[in-house]
Amino acid sequence: MSGASIYASRRAGSLYIAPFAIGFLLFTAFPFVASFILSLTDARLQDQLGDAHFIGWHNYAGMWADATFRKSLGVTFFYVFVTVPLKLAFALLIAVVLNFKLRGIGLFRTAFYLPSILGGSVAIAVVWRFVFASDGLVNQFLHGAGFGGINWLGEPSTAMFSIILLRLWQFGSAMVVFLAGLKAIPEDLYEAADLDGASRLRQFWMITLPLLTPVLFFNFIMQIVQAFQEFNGPYIITGGGPMKSTYLLPLMIYEEAFKYFNLGYSSALSWVLFVIIALFTALAFWSQRFWVFYAQERDNKGGH
Amino acid sequence: MTTVSANGWRRHLPLINAFIRYGVLIGVGFLMLYPLFWMIGGAFKNNHEIFASPGFIPSHPTMDGFTKGWKTSTEYTFATYLLNTMKIVIPKVILTVISSVIVAYGFARFAIPGRKLLFALLMATVLLPKSVLLIPQYLMFREFGWLDTYLPLYIPQAFAVEGFFVFLIIQFMRSLPVDMEEAAVMDGCNSFQVLTLIVCPVILPAIISVALFQFMWSMNDFLQPLIYLSSVEKYPVALALKMSIDVTEATSWNEILAMSVIALAPSLILFFVAQKYFVEGVTSGAVKG
Repeated sequence: MSGASIYASRRAGSLYIAPFAIGFLLFTAFPFVASFILSLTDARLQDQLGDAHFIGWHNYAGMWADATFRKSLGVTFFYVFVTVPLKLAFALLIAVVLNFKLRGIGLFRTAFYLPSILGGSVAIAVVWRFVFASDGLVNQFLHGAGFGGINWLGEPSTAMFSIILLRLWQFGSAMVVFLAGLKAIPEDLYEAADLDGASRLRQFWMITLPLLTPVLFFNFIMQIVQAFQEFNGPYIITGGGPMKSTYLLPLMIYEEAFKYFNLGYSSALSWVLFVIIALFTALAFWSQRFWVFYAQERDNKGGH
Repeated sequence: MTTVSANGWRRHLPLINAFIRYGVLIGVGFLMLYPLFWMIGGAFKNNHEIFASPGFIPSHPTMDGFTKGWKTSTEYTFATYLLNTMKIVIPKVILTVISSVIVAYGFARFAIPGRKLLFALLMATVLLPKSVLLIPQYLMFREFGWLDTYLPLYIPQAFAVEGFFVFLIIQFMRSLPVDMEEAAVMDGCNSFQVLTLIVCPVILPAIISVALFQFMWSMNDFLQPLIYLSSVEKYPVALALKMSIDVTEATSWNEILAMSVIALAPSLILFFVAQKYFVEGVTSGAVKG
């Protein structure tokens, strides 16, 4: 008589997930709803919440007139649209190069993975600031090679370049996921393709890439969600400047709330960020059926 | 056409292939790790040398950066900030592991009313941007009187708020057969005994992955301490480093680089010791079986 007698108990099961249910209500659901309500008020950080007034959609309506918001939104989209595809492409490229039985390949995997573990830290952001400072590492190399130095963090486009590079530097975790996906592709598919005389490039397009789409999908979602939330890098390296050129939305949300004390406006901004991320995620999930290839569709026995 | 040359260069193709791969890997790897080498080298240089040459091997190694940096520009030594970091990170890791295992066990094994919806909510927490919760959470913890304490930083972790970790353990549990657990039940164990005595030892790799990731993320966390902590004596390393670049950046890079090395050392050591668990952790959610 199997079917694990204890596991049929709904009461016991509910008890085990109770911490999550309570935590979700208290620390996620309640703040989530509360921030929307706050976004409809003129609440200020230093005042009692009871003093706030309900002002309807005013915070949202005022955004377009706010040049800082328009700038921040544009900069955020630029940052995400540049970093996510480049990071994924680079992670995939290196994963393909690494997916090979070679001596010392594990060492390389470690080396490439390391930056994505450390990259979010303040220490790395500080080092990055020194690397791109006017008397920093990159300019020392440029001087050594006979070029003039570049004011990396002082010019809008190069400052953006510096924080984009910090994100690309952390391609390792996406690479490790791709690598696991590559290892899961059956060897015999390539052998068959070899017999058919398909070139390596064609094999990549016809076998590797389609079978990798579930992993690509996962990486894409994670990277989009994370890139839209980047804070440490620009906050520490450029402070959002120069001329707000690296003032990503999470920076603006933080400063509106904790520097200018505009809780209502900051909450409205955070809801805009939430809706943007939700739209991209929903779009990705919806578009899955057109480009993500799941093994179950090919062979009903596999998968679960 | 290629059949003619097949006897020639194609014979060496595997060798050329390996050569190109090594070339790419060494080139990219060196370029990527150079900032880290430079950071470590710079920590042992004097300030003049840091600005004088971009090489990473110090010509006159000195501990100046460490001894002066350790004193910091505040009234506390760096030891205070390291200790503060541990006061946040250790409870956070422990609470995360305990709550995630308990909740994952519930999801993976039990028949729960509304299981599908709850699981969807769990996954939604992974995708939900943290900044949308930031302000109400801050106000809530202000009401609790928890500002300028470590409580807001780790108490939520007692409630399995990181869906990613719960999911990771669920995946691991689902890959295990329930035979052992049923046998334990036959022997008279209740479900909590089954969890602690039978399941936990088996899912240890997943537990280690969760602990390591939470350790790293908490070490790196900056925004939460920035918001909740106001007295310098309670600052973790992340805030202390940020403060040090605001105060002494123009002058003493070697001190700041030395403290950055110390700040990264725990994560670096753990990474090299337990790399396997990181790889397993990051891949288990994305690739089945």
